Amino acid sequence: MSGTKANSASFVRDTMLSEQDPPITERGVVKWARENLFSGPLNTFLTIIGAVAIYIILKGLAPWLLHSVWNANSAAECREIIAAAYGEGAHGACWGVVRERWAQFLYGFYPSEHYWRVNLTFILLFVALAPILFANLPRKMLWFSVIYPAVALLLLWGGSVWVPVAALAGFALGWLAYRFALPVTGSLAATVAAVLVPIIWWLFFAGWFAGLAHGILPLGMEQVPSSKFGGFLLSLTIGVTGIAFSLPLGVVLALGRQSDMFLVKTLSVGFIEFIRGVPLITLLFTASLLLNYFLPPGTNFDIILRVIIMVTLFSAAYIAEVVRGGLAALPRGQYEAADALGLDYWKAQQLIIMPQALKISIPGIVSSFIGLFKDTTLVIFVGLLDPLKGITDAIRGSFEWKGIYWEPFLFPALIFFLICFGMSRYSMYLENKLKRDHR
Amino acid sequence: MSELAIDRTIDRSHMQVSDEVAIQITGMNKWYGAFHVLRDINMTVNRGERIVICGPSGSGKSTLIRCINRLEEHQQGQIIVDGTELTSDLKNIDKVRSEVGMVFQHFNLFPHLTILENCTLAPIWVRKEPRKEAEATAMHYLEKVKIPEQANKYPGQLSGGQQQRVAIARSLCMKPRIMLFDEPTSALDPEMIKEVLDTMIELAEEGMTMLCVTHEMGFAQAVANRVIFMDQGQIVEQNEPKEFFNNPQSDRTKLFLSQILGH
Repeated sequence: MSGTKANSASFVRDTMLSEQDPPITERGVVKWARENLFSGPLNTFLTIIGAVAIYIILKGLAPWLLHSVWNANSAAECREIIAAAYGEGAHGACWGVVRERWAQFLYGFYPSEHYWRVNLTFILLFVALAPILFANLPRKMLWFSVIYPAVALLLLWGGSVWVPVAALAGFALGWLAYRFALPVTGSLAATVAAVLVPIIWWLFFAGWFAGLAHGILPLGMEQVPSSKFGGFLLSLTIGVTGIAFSLPLGVVLALGRQSDMFLVKTLSVGFIEFIRGVPLITLLFTASLLLNYFLPPGTNFDIILRVIIMVTLFSAAYIAEVVRGGLAALPRGQYEAADALGLDYWKAQQLIIMPQALKISIPGIVSSFIGLFKDTTLVIFVGLLDPLKGITDAIRGSFEWKGIYWEPFLFPALIFFLICFGMSRYSMYLENKLKRDHR
Repeated sequence: MSELAIDRTIDRSHMQVSDEVAIQITGMNKWYGAFHVLRDINMTVNRGERIVICGPSGSGKSTLIRCINRLEEHQQGQIIVDGTELTSDLKNIDKVRSEVGMVFQHFNLFPHLTILENCTLAPIWVRKEPRKEAEATAMHYLEKVKIPEQANKYPGQLSGGQQQRVAIARSLCMKPRIMLFDEPTSALDPEMIKEVLDTMIELAEEGMTMLCVTHEMGFAQAVANRVIFMDQGQIVEQNEPKEFFNNPQSDRTKLFLSQILGH
């Protein structure tokens, strides 16, 4: 048995191995670089091309940024400072234009003694948005969100308190019409009444009522006309209002498109396809020029309001299609289960269908919102001073800032980016929060 | 198609068929476009009956029970459920739907709501029950289907069998007088089939009026008081289970039974 040990299957370890680090090429930065930058000839080639591209961009941009001038009151002064500091022919960014004209970017030509009204509206916007965006806040806060549009209307445009009150009264009347029509005429006619009554009120009686009430009790603020609006004040006014109204309208259109009722379906499809089929600028021109032909003579329909209506309709058509995608993704069984439990159409939509369909549509809806917000710069075409071209042109047209080019574009671009990026992050937060499967 | 033997003893003390008519279907016809799916259906279901409907796929059995709560519309004839005739009148439809519970092949739980919310939704929004009361009822039925501990989970976190039991509990929360089962075990593994069938048997033991579309012939033999065989959109044969399985009359029935029991 002496020779068996060498080829025996039995084995006993007498010294345990101590733990060792992986080889240098398999850990830390080196490993990461090997795997992600130099994993093969093609990858290595692309890495080098990328590095060269970054180098060329930085070489052009870095001196310009490093030579930034903040304290200057004109383009010429900027150039002098840069020449003095970095030698003749050196380039540098002149942020002095932002320092001197930031208020114009934000407020347009809104009278500066009333800036506080804009600021207050902006702060209150967050108070109004908070309960909508975050479900864990007290629901009572939503009441403020409901009256916020009227508050903002009064603060921004000023004028009589009774105008926003008359506007809000339209919604109250619509609700009353629904309540009283429902037991008498059934839900369809009541819904129609709830839409028609406010429209009639706003078109024919609201102005008369506001005038009358103001005669009795004159309360109000100094008026600021729409022509003074500009910059981000204008963009946010149009953007936020458009976003707030286009989502519900889009949902209604999406449901209309799926409806069994021929007329509702045809109208919805027609509306969506028409609005999506024409450029936004066409609609804006329609709003500024053509609408005057259709309205009764003498009606003075505010230009910002007209633009808001057009932007809302435009965005609603896109959102309707996004929501329809969400609706189509829901299995038939969800509708059947809701029906089988005895939920009526609207309750099924509210409790079962929409929460799921909207959740699926979040990325698409937020994309539409971002698009809408950026499209507010197109109002330049109907003579409103958008922050990008409108204000920039006004600044570059002035004597002091003649010849300045990039800086007045970069500043609004940065603000646009922050707002749009914020929306995008919120959408990711919401998607994550509403995730229900495979947890 | 599995034939799961039911090995438990069944308490028949509450399984009584009364004279009261629960569902009355007369001369009912239904078409999908030009396709005649249901042809001259006549049947009466008395309160307390446990009926199993079987037949080859495409025979119209699911469509038939889906007509009873108007998930499908019939074009001819009459369906009266608990004294309410199903017409296009939405009020009647909602009334019938809140009295008739339905369990689906694919459970159809609401994935965005917890198990408890799934169960309380209809009582709160349709029956207008106070939330507290609805939750108490829901917990009662969840205990009955033996998953009270899952109440705060979401459907996606449960197994298929558990989901189907929740679906049964959700229907029961509306305190229905009639329960419809549309192939409730067809999407489940054998172990899970057993837990769902057990729940259904307990329901039958309490005297619930039940219509089940199923291929579980063991369940039919143990629980049903009547088996209906359908083919090509018509009722071909119906009988009490013992006679139906031991002494089928029509050739179609014999063929069908030999196919599903013959292995």
